[in-house]
Amino acid sequence: MLDLTPKTVKERSALRVNPCKTCQPVGAMYAALGVKGCMPHSHGSQGCCSYHRTVLSRHFKEPAIASSSSFTEGASVFGGRSNISTAAKNIFDMYDPDIIAVHTTCLSETIGDDLGSYIMDMDIPEGKIVVHANTPSYVGSHINGFFNMMMGFMNYLTKKTGTNNGKTAVFPGWVNPGDIRELKRIAGLMNVPTTFFPDQSGVLDAPMTGKYDMYPEGGTTAEEIQGLGDSEGVIALGEIIGAEPAELLKKKWKTPYTLLPMPVGVTYTDQYVLALRRQSKTEVPAELEAERGRLVDLLLDSHQYTYQKNVAIFGDPDVVIGLTSFALEMGMTPKYVITGTPKGEFTRRIEALFAKYGVTGCTAKANADLFELHQWIKNEPVDLLIGSTYGKQIARSEDIPFLRAGFPVLDRYGGPLQPIVGYAGAIRLVEQITNVLLDRFDRDVSDEDFEIVL
Amino acid sequence: MRQVAIYGKGGIGKSTTTQNLTAGLGEMGKKIMIVGCDPKADSTRLVLGGLAQKTVLDTLREEGEDIELETVLKEGYAGIKGVESGGPEPGVGCAGRGIITSIGLLERLGAYEEDLDYVFYDVLGDVVCGGFAMPIREGKAREIYIVCSGEMMALYAANNISKGISKYANTGGVRLGGLICNSRKVDGEAELVSAVAKEIGTQMIHFVPRDNAVQKAEINKKTVIDFSPDEPQADEYRTLARKIDGNDMFVVPKPMSIDRLEEILMEHGILD
Repeated sequence: MLDLTPKTVKERSALRVNPCKTCQPVGAMYAALGVKGCMPHSHGSQGCCSYHRTVLSRHFKEPAIASSSSFTEGASVFGGRSNISTAAKNIFDMYDPDIIAVHTTCLSETIGDDLGSYIMDMDIPEGKIVVHANTPSYVGSHINGFFNMMMGFMNYLTKKTGTNNGKTAVFPGWVNPGDIRELKRIAGLMNVPTTFFPDQSGVLDAPMTGKYDMYPEGGTTAEEIQGLGDSEGVIALGEIIGAEPAELLKKKWKTPYTLLPMPVGVTYTDQYVLALRRQSKTEVPAELEAERGRLVDLLLDSHQYTYQKNVAIFGDPDVVIGLTSFALEMGMTPKYVITGTPKGEFTRRIEALFAKYGVTGCTAKANADLFELHQWIKNEPVDLLIGSTYGKQIARSEDIPFLRAGFPVLDRYGGPLQPIVGYAGAIRLVEQITNVLLDRFDRDVSDEDFEIVL
Repeated sequence: MRQVAIYGKGGIGKSTTTQNLTAGLGEMGKKIMIVGCDPKADSTRLVLGGLAQKTVLDTLREEGEDIELETVLKEGYAGIKGVESGGPEPGVGCAGRGIITSIGLLERLGAYEEDLDYVFYDVLGDVVCGGFAMPIREGKAREIYIVCSGEMMALYAANNISKGISKYANTGGVRLGGLICNSRKVDGEAELVSAVAKEIGTQMIHFVPRDNAVQKAEINKKTVIDFSPDEPQADEYRTLARKIDGNDMFVVPKPMSIDRLEEILMEHGILD
């Protein structure tokens, strides 16, 4: 397995091997699926659309609907105006969504299609909506696509009526439906009325009812998005994915925001809870405090097995920042921390965490790839690898315990239904991390040291 | 802030006219930024006194996306700010995409948030692909001037560009402010250009005579107003600047058929 990865690390400026990111439209599609009655639409050739749907379906094990402008050679030469106009008409006729959320592809971006004016010229049926976002895959990563699509919705839909709607808008960032449910549960316990945008819970974890529904019950409604500018304030989770959408709303409607890291682990969940408390101005309920207490208790109990264990973490910037902070809380040393998304801010945040906990000899890198991570591990091994499914080959070749977290997880089931955020999510993570570490311990230990009690 | 795009046939003198004109506006105390949308990256040479700065796209290629505005935006004569999109060499890559990337990046970096009176886009040649229409999309440049001369191909191009403008007029809100005649000393030039302007529903905003002072200033990497402020040609550019500053004639152009364009050329004796 990966036998040809050389141990000697050479500086590479352009080549990426086993990248740690995917296309912008994957993010745009995922964001759009978190809006109720929305058909994500890929403005480009059919292959793009098929691939992006496949990635989402393989992670969530659910259908991911999307339509395509089906570019041909003609469209590449003359532009995609007639394709998108015909597509919109057909989609409203045949699939009857409330909203079509158009995102671009490399091809339409390079042609320079002006979607704003194409959409303005369309005959959109009464009461229906078409929005768009520019998502060239050669810029950034799927993370950019996600927040660009969020901003597309907000640019088209948000209004300010002047009356505060009493709600707090929460931008959960790129998390699983199970995480969104947990974030909502905490907001509920804190008695804060919220609008989650986007909200894939109830869409990409829709229950089996025996009947296929193209537009399941979940998702942020168009009215809720319209009202974002009227909200009490915004809590944007994920410092990388949430910054631009929160800033947009502030610029447009002067809606104040709090930008927080993804609430993974004790400190970051505390920050989320405190931000909610500022909105509700009520005390944190005993129920939530007890939950936190149980987490701290568990951390103390398991500490002997996680203390000073070297861990490598890779994935999307915000989930990796959260996991790194939590690994440090568990007493582990996050030896290698990488993301494929090219954001310098990521490296600064991770290095600040290294400094806060006084760990040395650790490396953080944005715009990195799994090939380089593998090379580092070959030189100085780690005790645990945490990341998406794409880490399984490294784990096998170096024989390292491996925990799947983040996006995409293509080879395991049930993950998207469960949280890693909040105190409950952290309890789940401690269990998972200690399980893989102790399974490895039991596998390798000699017969005379093979204990019943650990 | 007025955002102005300058279009015209290749080699007609768009960059020269834009810079000399902005020097005139700068002299009037206006705050100006020039965005060069030409892969040759020579749209700010006279204002900045040479090919001074790195282009946006070169910087992006070499340094990645964490770019500081100061690296690409330089200040020159009369405080005029200049930025060059840059782009590929002839025959490779995609220059149109370069413009889309570059203008998007400038917006993200906050280049437009400064206290500016004018932003000028100096755009390569004819509108050839979606990328070159970027400055007139999404409500960026609201007014366009076409640089032309009395030569047939220049007027042909002007008519063609008008077609592009009328396409974006309904959605982007862009309007034609007039034709700038950069004289080539063709017979009856002013009358001909005025007639063409009238036919497409606009005006010839100014007739810039041909003068060697322009060439001299250019060799010295300066605008005429900067290099030889007392030359009559400097006054011509000052007049053009004043006319543009006070212009209130903004129209959706009515491009002509080729037959009609040829008729007008015949009337003015060019096709003898």
